[in-house]
Amino acid sequence: MFRNQYDTDVTTWSPAGRLFQVEYAMEAVKQGAAAVGLRSTSHVVLATVNKAASDLSSHQRKVFKIDDHIGVAIAGLTADGRVLSRYLRNECINHSFVYESPLPVSRLVVRLADKAQVCTQRSWKRPFGVGLLVAGLDETGAHLYYNCPSGNYFEYQAFAIGSRSQAAKTFMERRFEAFNGYSRDELIKDAIFAIKETLQGEKLTSSICTVAVVGIDEPFHMLDQKTIQEVIDSIEIKEDDASAAAADQAPMQEEDKSSEAAAADQAPMQEEDKSSEAAPMDI
Amino acid sequence: MTCVAIAGADYCVIAADTRLSVGYIIYTRDYSKICKLADKCVMASSGFQGDLKALQKNLAAKHLIYQHQHNKQMSCPAMAQLLSNTLYYKRFFPYFTFNILGGLDSDGKGCVFTYDAVGSYERVGYSAHGTGAGLIIPVLDNQLKSPSPLLLPAKDAVTPLLEMEAVDLVKDVFASATERDIYTGDKVEILVINASGIRHELMELRKD
Repeated sequence: MFRNQYDTDVTTWSPAGRLFQVEYAMEAVKQGAAAVGLRSTSHVVLATVNKAASDLSSHQRKVFKIDDHIGVAIAGLTADGRVLSRYLRNECINHSFVYESPLPVSRLVVRLADKAQVCTQRSWKRPFGVGLLVAGLDETGAHLYYNCPSGNYFEYQAFAIGSRSQAAKTFMERRFEAFNGYSRDELIKDAIFAIKETLQGEKLTSSICTVAVVGIDEPFHMLDQKTIQEVIDSIEIKEDDASAAAADQAPMQEEDKSSEAAAADQAPMQEEDKSSEAAPMDI
Repeated sequence: MTCVAIAGADYCVIAADTRLSVGYIIYTRDYSKICKLADKCVMASSGFQGDLKALQKNLAAKHLIYQHQHNKQMSCPAMAQLLSNTLYYKRFFPYFTFNILGGLDSDGKGCVFTYDAVGSYERVGYSAHGTGAGLIIPVLDNQLKSPSPLLLPAKDAVTPLLEMEAVDLVKDVFASATERDIYTGDKVEILVINASGIRHELMELRKD
């Protein structure tokens, strides 16, 4: 992307029919630290990489509990994410107050998307610079949504956002068809593994990642460091065994390009379009 | 329709009868007037139950917001102030409820806060509200001696009684109030809050 004369205002269309300010907002999401979400029929898991601004500072909060049955993970401008989390919490509380029942996830994401759309059509506003993975459970089952700064939202079986998220997506593309049958622990393990993929070589420790679960009979909550470290250790033990035992690449290493192409055609499992022909917000 | 609370050194007893009546008609013998607002904070009220339900929902929503913002439960004194503010907010169209808040403060000591309908409140060692209050308060004044404000000012903030003794006293006063007050009876719901959590007891009362 390059600077041009149509990208100054969010209310200016380009001749190609694109709103560049909105696309730039989505770039901000891609710059943020990675966040992944996975869903089975009974549980949804969110995992994030927590970057710290420096060694002296604390890690940024990227996972927020919205209600007992909904949580979000964010990537991008975390301040925007914090503000939106407050809005989502209010919506849930108001709905519970009036209807004495939890707000269905699909309705919450629509309200969030509408709020984001407003910022794409006012000259005195700017789009939110944060992408949200909304994980929730309601009467219709377990759901994972991705909300874009553009005001679009999609439901996913599994998704990853933020920097180096393609590595996590590739990992999940090979396995997502089995996710519905996964147990809670298998889901957590794959989430942590997906996060590991985004680190690409850096050491994964429980201090730099946050994992949260929501499930049937399990309100949304974050896992403690000890539990996360145990899963990380078990992944690493398996990896050491695999590389020691086999001469060729272990199945967990990403090399399978053919399934990637097949997975890309899957509807409704749509992926973010990296090519510049279609504007990202039109997917 | 009566509710009572007694604060001890490390516990709090809060109780309310379960009769809901209007005039000479009993609507139900099985109605709870007690609501758990936070981990260590319970509210019992007499008065208009419709307003009580609305008040309980209001406080629960405010508590949820507090938990999101502060990552912890509200303490009993904090909830006491919140309740006072919530009641005064409707100073000119009040919640028709007479509330008693009971729980443990941040030091683990029992605390009881007593309110009027528009939010005036005070921390006390014991309190009673409702139709049977007039029959109960004099007995508590006599039995709980040291926190009684009749020895001006109250000598202790809480009663030196043991938890078992306080619960027995509550059962006794309810039984006595039931004898003379037509609006009190059926069952009394007793909650005991202490360091290990909240214990729940139900005692039968006269049904006439």
